[in-house]
Amino acid sequence: MIPFEYRRAEDTDSAVTAVAADPRAVFLAGGTNLVDHLKLGITAPDELVDVTDLPLDAIEDTPEGGLRIGATVRNSDLAASPPVRERYRALSLALLSGASGQLRNRATTGGNLLQRTRCPYFQEITTPCNKRSPGTGCSALHGHNKNHAVLGASDSCVATHPSDMAVAMAALDGTVHVRSDRGERTIPVTELHRLPGEQPHRDTVLERGELITAVDLPPLPTGTYTAYRKVRERASYAFALVSVAAVLRVDNGVIDDVRLAFGGLAHKPWRAETVEERLRGATPAESTFREAAEAELSAARALADNAFKIPLARNTLGAVLRDLTTEAAR
Amino acid sequence: MTQHIGSGTAGSPVERLDGQAKVTGNAPYAFEQLTEGAVYLHPVRAPVARGRVTELETAAAEAVEGVRAVLLPGQVERLDTRDRELAVLQSREIAFRGQYVGAVLATTPENARYAASLVRVSCAEAPPDVALDSERADLYAPEVVNPSFETDTEQGDTDSALEEAAYSIDRTYRTPMEHNNPMEPHATVAYWDGGQLSLYDSTQGAHSVCDTLAPLFGLPADRVRVQAPHVGGGFGSKGMPHANVVLAALAARSVPETPVKFAVTRQQMFTVAGHRTPTIQRVRLGATRSGELTAIVHDVVEHTSRIKEFAEQTAVPTRNMYRAANRRTTHRLAALDVPVPSWMRAPGECPGMFALESAVDEMARECGQDPVDFRIRNEPSEDPETGLPFSSHNLAGCLRHGAERFGWYDRNASARSSPDAAGWVPGVGVAASTYPVLRSPGSRALVLAEGSGRYRVSIGAVDIGTGARTALTQIAADALDTEVSAIDLRIADTALPYASVAGGSSGTTSWGTAIHEAAGELRAEHGSAPPPGASAEGETTSNPESDRFAMHAHGAQFAEVRVHADTGEVRVPRMLGVFAVGQVINPRTARSQFLGGMTMGLSMALHEETVLDHTLGHVVNQDLAEYHIATNADVGSIEITWLDEQDPHVNPMGSKGIGEIGIVGTAAAVANAVQHATGARVRQLPITPDKLIS
Amino acid sequence: MERPVTLHVDGTVRKVSVDTRTTLLDGLRERLAVTAPKKGCDHGQCGACTVLLDGRRVLACLILAVTCDRSEVTTADGLGDSGSPHPVQRALLEHDGLQCGYCTPGQACSAVGMLDEAKAGWPSAVSGDLRQNVELTEEEIRERMSGNLCRCGAYPNIVAALREAIR
Repeated sequence: MIPFEYRRAEDTDSAVTAVAADPRAVFLAGGTNLVDHLKLGITAPDELVDVTDLPLDAIEDTPEGGLRIGATVRNSDLAASPPVRERYRALSLALLSGASGQLRNRATTGGNLLQRTRCPYFQEITTPCNKRSPGTGCSALHGHNKNHAVLGASDSCVATHPSDMAVAMAALDGTVHVRSDRGERTIPVTELHRLPGEQPHRDTVLERGELITAVDLPPLPTGTYTAYRKVRERASYAFALVSVAAVLRVDNGVIDDVRLAFGGLAHKPWRAETVEERLRGATPAESTFREAAEAELSAARALADNAFKIPLARNTLGAVLRDLTTEAAR
Repeated sequence: MTQHIGSGTAGSPVERLDGQAKVTGNAPYAFEQLTEGAVYLHPVRAPVARGRVTELETAAAEAVEGVRAVLLPGQVERLDTRDRELAVLQSREIAFRGQYVGAVLATTPENARYAASLVRVSCAEAPPDVALDSERADLYAPEVVNPSFETDTEQGDTDSALEEAAYSIDRTYRTPMEHNNPMEPHATVAYWDGGQLSLYDSTQGAHSVCDTLAPLFGLPADRVRVQAPHVGGGFGSKGMPHANVVLAALAARSVPETPVKFAVTRQQMFTVAGHRTPTIQRVRLGATRSGELTAIVHDVVEHTSRIKEFAEQTAVPTRNMYRAANRRTTHRLAALDVPVPSWMRAPGECPGMFALESAVDEMARECGQDPVDFRIRNEPSEDPETGLPFSSHNLAGCLRHGAERFGWYDRNASARSSPDAAGWVPGVGVAASTYPVLRSPGSRALVLAEGSGRYRVSIGAVDIGTGARTALTQIAADALDTEVSAIDLRIADTALPYASVAGGSSGTTSWGTAIHEAAGELRAEHGSAPPPGASAEGETTSNPESDRFAMHAHGAQFAEVRVHADTGEVRVPRMLGVFAVGQVINPRTARSQFLGGMTMGLSMALHEETVLDHTLGHVVNQDLAEYHIATNADVGSIEITWLDEQDPHVNPMGSKGIGEIGIVGTAAAVANAVQHATGARVRQLPITPDKLIS
Repeated sequence: MERPVTLHVDGTVRKVSVDTRTTLLDGLRERLAVTAPKKGCDHGQCGACTVLLDGRRVLACLILAVTCDRSEVTTADGLGDSGSPHPVQRALLEHDGLQCGYCTPGQACSAVGMLDEAKAGWPSAVSGDLRQNVELTEEEIRERMSGNLCRCGAYPNIVAALREAIR
């Protein structure tokens, strides 16, 4: 860890100005990912601008009946907050499936969205990695790649995005509010993260100095059911092999709204648009789910160790939809 | 032999004597000693898996504030050793990725780590060879397998027996490289004062560290003092000192009269602290029409490092587990560019019994027999290898008692059930456990009467969490016919009488016997009320009974699993372990030992696997986020019980070792249960969802 | 870069100078000789360093000490009242919910934090209906304590101890 300055920002303006002024400054929120990376030598900023005191820790109803979640709201508070538990169950479940109680007590909404990959080559700085050191190559492509991407990967990078929360927010059509010294903008959660392409060192579309200030969730119509199912190699405290976030509404025996996102399959939360298209207007049936999943996953490309993710994703999606349609039919 | 101890405090569930210090965090571990004025060591590690260091640039590191020294290969004290694992910084050759090639000492841990990261290491690199495979042309037979068993054995004519068998199977099982990962990473505080080296070390054997390091530095043993008051687990990795201890001592030489603190990082634990070799095990069994085994062949392939051989005794339990007239066991090694393997809980028995107990299950099915009955039918009446009678042998008792308690015979015997509403498919499995009764002669104890009925009992033994501190106090109290509270037990220091390493489940036998002998001496000389200051020593000698009896502990493990039909996730809601281990000294701490062994076995079954990158040669999953050990949520109900077994031959306490038998067989019980649930036989650990998904 | 920081550790005010790089864990252990929190992985993957920071369970290894100025830190050593262990610690002793003891201070702090979270009605990943108040079943305790690894395998005893501590 190289020596660095530390500054505690008191308001959002001064935070974004401070980072804009120093090309090697970064924001520090809960620190659960950044401090890890400082120790590993993955990142070496010369200044940390602590944003945890900023007034961004509220969870509020929006005028449209949705929810605005401040960027510094801790994951545990968000998971436990009544509106999330009551209206956005998938988000609460996704948060609770991530990390551990101790980590959730620190991790923030903004930080969780910007969580970087758990690719073990990215994490070991003595190995080539295009995401960490552009142009050095991808060690995972022909190395150990059991936990790597099967959708949307490139020859430059086969890493997956590790967040559970982001998968749920992608399925819930969340919108990210971003602030910098140049002003504010909003980005759909589904467009925040990038596919690796030729530039895997860029995880998201955020420009340098942009600070996430909030995430908005639109309201869900009455009768909508949501779920999050995470499959992992331990019963708890492990990253996903595959996860599925689902939003579903069935009206008169027909699916009239369905939104699905996969975790663990790609460099970003993967909205399963093909499945959504096929299921909208369809009658819930096991075979329909399976065919839709297979259509989505026909684009999947397996590496040496991760072919299992394709049937696993199909089966998990099927199980989640089976449970949700059963629930909706009650 | 001596009389059996059954009364008194042995057998009573005394609360862990160091428990309060541990729950409040007041028990000091190695790294928490001598903090005042200490300097911190951070190592520089080889960035390639095979080759040679050509250059080390240190200027930037030396310029960091608070740096006191930078250690480089060839520029440190020459060590007197042919042990190339311990020949730290003695050459520039690189034998595995992550090997120590330098070190920085600084006044803060932050600066030591930062400065170490600034040392630029240039290497001449050769492609590493780390992939184990049973078809390798360079496999060789070691002279012996750990610690000194014959490499190969053969009885009868296995080829003909297999050919003539009514039923036969030929299966290959694989276990991965695994890492001990005690919660406390290896740590040392080293201090040189004149010609005296003092160490606080996280070790399973204070005297072992002294006996290894003293000659390395050309010192008589009495110039090296090692203390290990509390040790945060070891499971074998702390059984012998590794390179980190030598590096700490070497570094302390460069800053006399300054404590050097060196805690191995969790990442480094995957390269310098030993590991369990991966195994490829081919098991062939033959049986008669009525289900009697006629042939057992167990051929093992495993790896070792190029610089130091460790040959795990994987097929050794197969030599005496079941009756069969024809038997062959072999061990072959490949020496690779991998870190040095070493002991991990029940080396040999643990991976070996996964293969044997999986195969026996498959064979029982082949013969159309119940797996419990099949094992009982093939129980040997004497040691099949030596022909010696067993000092006690209660495998069948464990199986019968366990089957009844578990509800084994109520199960649906056919493999494969239907999923419940949530998609889970149930299954149950059984496997046998075994572990030899080992004893390390040479341990000594000193008993001193302090007056008023109080005694000080001294022995250099280490409690790594086994409960030895408590059990030895109980043994002393019994041998001196007094209460636990009257005993002041001093342990974990080479200033105390010699004690063997806490390994091979031999602690209670080796140390308890010495205490028992010392107490007997004291009473023989001074009667039941010795005057204050009266003392006596006792020593553990080799057991003459071991020429007349084969001595083993046994157990039976039952596991209930649920496998998810859609995702291949495996859960283990219930396990039962029934053991026959002679006299249990402390039921409370003993139960924890069994629980811990079975939990680690469950973890082995479902989670643990160290992955080597075949191109770069490093451990890919070198932390606890990627190397999975069981979490609380992975462990369901575990019931532990033991038979009332009397064995007057093993030692004066009548006790057998309990630290390792709990892990033996667990993984097979789980794999057998998975087969029962799904019909799928997983022969390669760990049983992760990818192996069950379809 | 050294910075002065004031911490309230186990009821005592401690002023200490830390490097901006110093974690709360190293600040406590190496600069204040408060060694109840243990370093098991230093990367938020084991839970041995769990302390209560302003009443919440957190991992001291992933928090920079400089961010904790004026915070209240409770370690396993400060859970109980003047010398007598906290009921959770007492229950761990009775149920032998420890062996080597290295994860134990973290388990104890985590358990105390976890019990408060449950009391506040927080759900967990196994709670099923998230709108209902939770009952701390064995399954709930296991899930909520899964951030604290124990290699000795004391989990069933830890769960039994916490079941008793709740009563």
